Parts: sequence; structure tokens; C-alpha cells
Amino acid sequence: MSEHALATILIAMLGGAIRVSTPFMFVALGETLTEKSGRINLGLEGNLVLGAMVGYAVSYQTGSPWAGVLAAGISGVFLGLLHGAICSLPRVNDIAVGIAMMSFGTGVAFFFGKPYIQPSAPRLEALPLGGWSSNTALAKALEINPLFFIGIAVAFVMWWALANTRWGLILRMTGDSEPAARAMGVNPVAVRIIATALGGFLAGTGGAFLSLSYPGSWNEGLSSGQGLMAVALVIFARWNPLRCILAALLFGAAGAIGPALQSVGISQGYYFFNAAPYILTLFIMIATARSNAAARAAPGELSIVK
Amino acid sequence: MAAIDTIPPRPFRPSARLLGAIEKVAIPLGALIASAILFSCFLLLLGKSPADFFQLVWRGGFGTSFSFQNTLQRSAPLILTGLAFAIPAQIGLTMIGAEGALVLGGFAAAAIAIPLVSSGMPVALTLLLMAIFAILAGAGWNAIAGWLRHARGVNETISTLLLTYIAIAIMNFFVEGPLRDPASQNKPSTMPIGKDYMVGSIPGTDVHWGLVAGVVLAVLLYFLMARTTFGFAARVTGGNPRAALAQGLPVGKLIVSCSAIAGGAAGLAGFYEVAAIHGQANASLVAGYGFTGILVSFVARHNPLVIVPVAIMFGAIEASGGLIQRRMDMPDATALVLQGIIFVVLLASETLHGRFAIFKPSSEVDRT
Repeated sequence: MSEHALATILIAMLGGAIRVSTPFMFVALGETLTEKSGRINLGLEGNLVLGAMVGYAVSYQTGSPWAGVLAAGISGVFLGLLHGAICSLPRVNDIAVGIAMMSFGTGVAFFFGKPYIQPSAPRLEALPLGGWSSNTALAKALEINPLFFIGIAVAFVMWWALANTRWGLILRMTGDSEPAARAMGVNPVAVRIIATALGGFLAGTGGAFLSLSYPGSWNEGLSSGQGLMAVALVIFARWNPLRCILAALLFGAAGAIGPALQSVGISQGYYFFNAAPYILTLFIMIATARSNAAARAAPGELSIVK
Repeated sequence: MAAIDTIPPRPFRPSARLLGAIEKVAIPLGALIASAILFSCFLLLLGKSPADFFQLVWRGGFGTSFSFQNTLQRSAPLILTGLAFAIPAQIGLTMIGAEGALVLGGFAAAAIAIPLVSSGMPVALTLLLMAIFAILAGAGWNAIAGWLRHARGVNETISTLLLTYIAIAIMNFFVEGPLRDPASQNKPSTMPIGKDYMVGSIPGTDVHWGLVAGVVLAVLLYFLMARTTFGFAARVTGGNPRAALAQGLPVGKLIVSCSAIAGGAAGLAGFYEVAAIHGQANASLVAGYGFTGILVSFVARHNPLVIVPVAIMFGAIEASGGLIQRRMDMPDATALVLQGIIFVVLLASETLHGRFAIFKPSSEVDRT
């Protein structure tokens, strides 16, 4: 393989990593927030798909993609509230409810999304940060969507707030020990419902990125398990918002291998490379499942680590 | 002796077991009715008539012998994928990978058929080998998740879903590349197995034999889980894994076996989709049967025998989809919305078990 082709692949992977990672990052941050409260929400895939549809539809109707992003987040809040409320009932299994919310959110999105498959909505403008480079491929790779930076900012704010604010303390305490939270006069049910709703907002926003930036249109095959992979990614990131950024970039790069190879004319095994993020997730789960570091960082009330 | 004679005759009081059974039927049934009411509200908000909708579901699902056969045809894979969720559920695992095992099983059957058909192997032997390969492919694939759960503590819900996407990618890779039938233009597929090699239908109907296979397997698995040492050990493990380990039960073997049974059932569904419906492996195998099976199993409370009628009910909803689309001008995702509502309401209703005094044996009521 020539040096030029290798450079092209690497640049395409860099650009791909930045583009593909954004929804991963938003869902993973939302899931981190939810899991820190001691609740797991497997249904964020539903938030992602519904957010993508709502974001696209509102952008098309109002002409403003940012209104779409906001509406997508609000649709995520609704699903999050529903999930949080149902899981607060005694003897209800939060993993099963997550699967149900996934199918409910997807069903509602497909139902109302039918009329929006054809029309084209205004998309989010990317920031052309590669203008300094004469390499057109690099300039293209550095056209970065503002949502990517918003995601990074959210990660830093969440990281700081979890460690340094009263709200962060209450959230972590609820997630680590429900009796301790009750003893402090905190209502764990309310904390978890709020955390699930806010997590749902972030996941919905990630969905808006899918339909309004990359791939950049609404159709029923838009999301293929990113919402669920993000749950595995949170375990890999050990519930640390800053690590979520790195993990999302890694997953983005894995997802970009197939298209990057195709850009230099290697289409053999395209479907195999498409599976790369899933295989990577599986291996990461195998590697981290029983690690002591992950066990120490996990919130104590979480059903998947109990 | 005299003491016994003086006890006044007690009024009939149903046994605790009977009351428990009634509760297990009444609460899911109530959840189904509540879902139907919620869905009716949804339809009213959209300005559609709920009465029309449920009438069309009835006509499209059971109304004529043609539509009933269509329903049964669609319920066959749902029975098998429902079992694929129910068996691991009894041992305490939430495995959602039936879709992947179905796709891989169907693909394995179609792939092994290529050399067998071209070498002119007898039809019965070919179909038997195809079915065996499909079952083994599905069982092996799902057993990976069971083994990872036991050996490495990898969460089986996420791993089975990842394995599903990987299975679909494997099929796409072969179907678009090495095993592609050059004649398949728009929809890449494997070589068709040919009309002579297709599984026939049950005499007197248009329903393929997958329905019989599903019912037989449901009965067999019911007895396996309810009446054998294996099933008892599996249910003990599902109830309390630590106690099972302390009792010296082979928890790892049980988990891997249940995962393999589940994958095998889904793989068999894939075999019938290929050998009785499509005649080749292609993207049509990814039809969502694996995911609907999860819902079927939850409604049946993971009881293999109850799965059969529940699968027929959901088969009817799917079979009436086309009619509803045409008559009411609603998208095909309507069935997904209805299924989603049922799923959410049903899980929320789990909280009601043990809450109603009428389902409690009278002695318990007196005490509380």
C-alpha cells in the first residue's frame, strides 16, 4: 500500500472518528449520568432514534436545525421520565423496561417519521476548522460540527459537577448507597427520575446529530445499536465523563474503518469492517467485565454489577 | 374423634396454587386490556377509529381461513424466538439475541444447501442436514454469550445484542461476496435451494411445518423445564445463583446449555424461514421476529406452553398489518407502536403481582 493511500485512510479515519463519535459521546454521557444514580437505562437506543426523527421533523417544519436539536432533547426527556417512573415501581426490572422503551421509542419514531423520509430539512452547519490546510481531505476531515464541542463541554461540566457540587454529591450518594441517601434526607426515587430524564435529554440530542449532521437525513435504518453500544462504552469508561470522550472517539474510529478503506477503493470486506465497532465493544466488555478497576468505579446500586 | 365431628363445614376456598395461577393470567390479561385502551386513545388523538382498527385486526388475523393461515404462518417463528427468550429467562438471563441466531441459522442452512443441492442429495437428507446446521449455528452463537456471562461476567443482554449485529454483518458479507448468486440483482442473495427442496405445507393448509415444530418444541421444553432435574436445577439457578453454586449445581453448564437451547430454537426458526418461505438467505431474514419474540415471552410470563397462543395473537397483529395499512391509511409502524405500548404497560404491571387481596389464600388474608 502506498504512503499516500495510508495517509488518506488515516485522515478519513480521523474525520470519521470525529463525526461518528458525537452520538456515542452524547448517549454515553447520558447513560453515565443515569447510572451514577444507580439506575441502568438500556432504552437510550429508543431515545436516539426518536430524537433523530423529532430533530429532523422540527428542523424541517421550523427551518431552524437548533430548534430541532432542542426538540430532540425534550423528546428524550419524555422517554426518560417514563422509564424513570416505571422503574420506580417496586419489583420492576429496569433492564427489561429498557428493552421495552427501546421498542416503544423506535415504534413511535417510525410511526410519525414516515412523512419525513422524503423531504430534506435544513442541517446543522459544520465549522470549517481545516481552512489553514491545503490538503483538501484534511480540510474536509476538520469540518467539525458544533455539537461535537458541546458534547466535550458537557463532559467537562459533568466531570467537575459530579466531584465538586452538592448536586453531584447527592447523585453519587444515591447511586452508591440508597440507605445512606435516605439517611441524609434525600429521596432516591426523585433523584433517579431526574437523572434518567436528564440522561434521556442528552441521548435525544445525540439522535438529532444523526439526522441533522451525519449521516444527515432521517430514515429507519439510521441508528444501528449505537444507543446500546454506548451502554457498554460507559462500563469501559468506568463512569468517568472525561473517559467517555476518549472511548467515544475510539468507537468512532472503529466505525470509520469501513468507509475509510472504501474511500481508497478497498471495498472487499466492507460488511466485515462495518461490524468492527460491535466486535471491539465485545472485546472491551470481555476485557473489563471482571477488572478490579471497573469494579471499584461502579456505582454500588447498579443492577448490572450487583 | 368427637372433636373432628364438631368442626363446622368450611365454605369452599380455592387453594393457594389455584389463586396464584389465576393471578398469573389475570394481571397480564388486564395489562393487555389497558394497552388496548391506551392504544385506542392514541388512535382517537390521530382521528382514527379504534373500533375499525380492532375489527380489521380480527378480520386480517382470524376472519377468513386465508387470513388465519397467514397468522399461523407468521406465528411459527414467533413461537421459536419466544422460546429463545423464555428458556434463558428461567435461569435468570435476559438474552435478546434471537434475531442474530435466527439470521445465522437461516444463513447456515442456505449455505450448506448449496453443495448438497448441486450434488443431487435426496431431499429429505438435505433438509435434515440444513436443519441440523441451522440449529447448531444458532446454538453455538448464543452459547458464546452464555459462556462469556459465566466465565467472564460479561452482561448477556448487551453481548447478545452485539452478537446479533455481528451475525447480520457475517450474513451480509457472504451474501454480497463469496456466496452471492450472480442472478440476484437488486437484492443480493445466496443461490436459491430450488422448488423441489422446499419444505412443504401441512396437508390441507398453506401453513408450513415450522408451526408443528414450534408447538412440539414448546411442549418438550415445558416438560424439560418443569418436570426434569435439569429444569429444576436451572430454575434454582435463576432464583438464586449463589445458593445454586453453594449447592454444588453445575451453574456454568446449566447457563451454557440454556443459552444453546435458546439459540438452537431461534436457528430452527431461521431454517424454516429459508427452507419454507424465502428459499434463499438474504436481508429478508432480518424481519424483527427475534425482537417480537422477547415481547411474546414476557406476555406468556416465560411459560413455554403459554407462548404458543400468545405467539398466534402477535402473529395476527402482524398478519393484519397490510390490511390496516390499506384500509386506514396508517404506516406499517402501527404494529410497532402497539407492541411498544403493550410491552411497557405489561412490565409496569409486574408491580401488581402480590398486591391484590383477592388472589391471596384466605389464611394469609386473615393474618395480614
